[in-house]
Amino acid sequence: MAKPKVAFYWCASCGGCEEAIVDLNEDILKVVELVDIVFWPCAMDFKYQDVRNMKDNEITVAFINGAIRTDEQEEMANLLRKKSQLVIAFGACSHMGGIPGLANFWDKETIFESSYGKDCPSVDNPDNIVPLTISSVPEGELKLPAFHNTVKSLDQVIDVDYYIPGCSPAPYLTMKAIGAILAGELPKKGTVLAPEKSLCDVCERNETKPEKMSLTKIKRISEVIADPEKCFLAEGIICLGPVTIAGCTNEGSGRCITANMPCRGCYGPPPKITDVGVKMISALASIIGLEGEENMSEEEVEQLMSQIEDPAGYFYRFSLPKSLLRRKRMN
Amino acid sequence: MKKEKFTIVTFLCNWCSYEGADRAGSARLNCPANIRVIRVMCSGRVEPQFVIQAFRDGASGVLILGCHPGDCHYKKGNYKARRRIILLKKTLKQFGIEQDRVRLDWVSASEGTRFAKIANEMADTIKQLGPLSELEALN
Ligand code: SF4
Ligand code: FES
Repeated sequence: MAKPKVAFYWCASCGGCEEAIVDLNEDILKVVELVDIVFWPCAMDFKYQDVRNMKDNEITVAFINGAIRTDEQEEMANLLRKKSQLVIAFGACSHMGGIPGLANFWDKETIFESSYGKDCPSVDNPDNIVPLTISSVPEGELKLPAFHNTVKSLDQVIDVDYYIPGCSPAPYLTMKAIGAILAGELPKKGTVLAPEKSLCDVCERNETKPEKMSLTKIKRISEVIADPEKCFLAEGIICLGPVTIAGCTNEGSGRCITANMPCRGCYGPPPKITDVGVKMISALASIIGLEGEENMSEEEVEQLMSQIEDPAGYFYRFSLPKSLLRRKRMN
Repeated sequence: MKKEKFTIVTFLCNWCSYEGADRAGSARLNCPANIRVIRVMCSGRVEPQFVIQAFRDGASGVLILGCHPGDCHYKKGNYKARRRIILLKKTLKQFGIEQDRVRLDWVSASEGTRFAKIANEMADTIKQLGPLSELEALN
């Protein structure tokens, strides 16, 4: 029997997801034995035409990482969808927009202005040259992919079968998913292939959480040396553990927590939570400024909350395009 | 001048503000027609998600009214609302949604006049800000 055909592709991403495949270490050899890699531009020489030449559904599974920011990425996503039986959104950017998705606090114009404009300190561009989709040169026309105003997650562009979350996905999740695909034991379409419980549920620091939390001081992780054993949140350091699934670890507290960093939410929320930010607002509002609130003025509460300097950027660090509001309204 | 249409989703707590609004009605006080009332048990029941969902679904303003501090029937629901709404407004600002589009205030069961005043002020504020243009969600 012919081996299942597998494709990997990258869109708006940092390359870490490709690295995460390499991080399978020896296991990748097992994978290669069981499947044929028919497309993986980052690691092997393939052309887009090779994919166009394939029959519809010829690829068993395509793993697509990265968010969608240009029309080239959108086109490739559509092409791979057509040629593949299964499409898996691989990694946080593909799943929720990820770090590139933070660009949705700006638009194309402001991004070009800060990257190429006169106010960009590292750019000397007196003629104000910006990338154009089409430019005419004596030899003919040159084309660049068009740059969209808004970054999207993969499922905002094509139909996605499953998600492997994380920035970048933990190798054990990838291996488990590949195993399930090969064995034909996949859950319901649309499932995030990771544990559903929250990071707090598995976090070893959870037991240090006091019965009733009440904070007056919010600390930024860059300003303090965090206690290596205590719950970050109880210490006043914002941790997205309560609204994030425990995908990064199959034992112990999770990758960032173990490295004494609070959770930033790259694995995304448990299935019941649609929007991480609004949940974090509720969660923080129920632990900050409880003491003596009867005697507090509105200004005093504002003062307390103003310690959270960049709530939208912090809460939606990996999920802005998938949030309810998706992007900033530009006036 | 072209008449601008907009909607203000208004959450009223069952025990005070809803009564207050009722009183404004029986007294035939002038209230803006843009108000759409949703009765909740307590202002502390209004989750940040309700507010954002209202904007997504086309509201141009969201008004939340509860019992005066100290009078909440669940003791501290309105304090909770205050904490939430302050943080929510800060977050909304980063999304380009003006903070004045959300207002949390207190109206007791006997304050029909106060209800009418706040509702009219809110309508004026939104009129000035203009309707919340189609959230640029999908471009
Ligand atoms: S908030 Fe963070 S540190 Fe505290 S228990 Fe949850 S994951 Fe662990
Ligand atoms: S019952 Fe009115 S605000 Fe809580």
